[in-house]
Amino acid sequence: MHVPDGFLDAPTSMATGALAAGTVALALRGSHRELDERTAPLAGLTAAFVFAVQMMNFPVGAGTSGHLIGGALTAVLVGPWTAVLCMTVVLLVQAVLFADGGLTALGTNVTLMGLVAVGVGYGVFRLLTAVLPRTRTGVLTAAGVGAFLSVPASALAFVGLFAVGGVADVPLGTVAATMGGIHLLIGLGEAAISVAVLGAVLAVRPDLVRGAAALRRPADLARRSAPAGAGAR
Amino acid sequence: MGAGHGGVLGAAYVPGSSVVHRLAPHLKLVAVLGFAVVVVATPVHAGWAWAAYAGHLALVLGAAAVAGVGPRRLARGLVVEVPFVVFALLLPVVAEGPRVQVAGLSLSESGLTAAGGLLAKATLSVLAATVLAATTDPRALVRGLERLRLPTVLVQILMFMVRYTDVVGGELRRMRVARESRGFRGRHLGALRVLGPAAGSLFIRSYERGERVHLAMLSRGYTGRMPTGPVAAVRAGAWMTALALPVAAAAVLACGLLLG
Repeated sequence: MHVPDGFLDAPTSMATGALAAGTVALALRGSHRELDERTAPLAGLTAAFVFAVQMMNFPVGAGTSGHLIGGALTAVLVGPWTAVLCMTVVLLVQAVLFADGGLTALGTNVTLMGLVAVGVGYGVFRLLTAVLPRTRTGVLTAAGVGAFLSVPASALAFVGLFAVGGVADVPLGTVAATMGGIHLLIGLGEAAISVAVLGAVLAVRPDLVRGAAALRRPADLARRSAPAGAGAR
Repeated sequence: MGAGHGGVLGAAYVPGSSVVHRLAPHLKLVAVLGFAVVVVATPVHAGWAWAAYAGHLALVLGAAAVAGVGPRRLARGLVVEVPFVVFALLLPVVAEGPRVQVAGLSLSESGLTAAGGLLAKATLSVLAATVLAATTDPRALVRGLERLRLPTVLVQILMFMVRYTDVVGGELRRMRVARESRGFRGRHLGALRVLGPAAGSLFIRSYERGERVHLAMLSRGYTGRMPTGPVAAVRAGAWMTALALPVAAAAVLACGLLLG
């Protein structure tokens, strides 16, 4: 759910706008390190992937389905800075082409779904990979927990913004509890989908998973001594 | 490619030749942003707020009429608002403050005002943005953002995304058709074992396509900038036409502030 126009008051919108602009500026420099001169095509195609996969519905059971938000997954796949850029571009397209999320609230949406979701998801992932064993299971667990926590974290950030710049006086404890509770459930779905997708990519092209660089080992090549006299023929 | 050449992104665009269609995209972006700012700035607690919202509504509907954007297209645009409407409907129930009885429910007065204001503002902005999306080709919108000095790298990423979303989306659609023609029906969580790898291979294909596209572009002399033609100068008249919407909305707001 994207924040529409007029949901938060002007100072809050401007503050989150400035925060989002700063983050994007940093991400532009950071992603250059992650992707060097290939930034534009690869980040663009990754953004197209995020956009497409957000349209893909995963059944949750009891007739309901959910879709991926993808902040944490993208960060593990292509690195956090590129992920921020991808999320920003997806949000921009959604705001401009589908009126999903207000133009004046674009900064807020980038802050919530770019900065907070990617930041928390990737932060947790890095913390856990440092602790957990360097195995496939370890990487998948860390990514799952990161994806799981990224959703309630961005929901709580939204409640926080609403507390500062909301236009209605609602009991914040209740709102925080409700939003947090609902998004814990959504987070479970996000974690399940992220782990499934990541597991599939790790099985086929582990080299494309940036967050799993630690799993990569140089190929085990044994040196064979050439049999004498075999070279001449 | 048979049905709707634009695919997912192009579906928002309704070709036409109205005044609004012919305006430069960056002017339209500025106009819609300006309109949204004026709408957001209209105070909801003032007595005349609803008259002002009605004025804004008349303006944006007028713009839609000039642009030839029909009511059905506008209604389709409003669908994105639905999750938010649920939130706004809950607001009067959970908000604090003095309460009023409406149809047997005890609702908060401030919550009602706030929810009404939120809905009005969100609806007006969504309508304006829908007119923008319906009258502007996605690629023209990217050019508009470029002229508004969006950072070059961001513009390029955006451009690649706009051009390849339909390719990636088409790949996703073909995978779905292939799955379903083999009898797959995703009904419960177990479907993740099929859908996860599908999304995973979609990522791999997208990423590899990105690498191929980049190499192909390098071999054709890509230097990190897209060559664009000379920038067309924008006449003052075009600015006046584009800014008519936000300026009229600002006039409505000013009337409210002065008279109200």
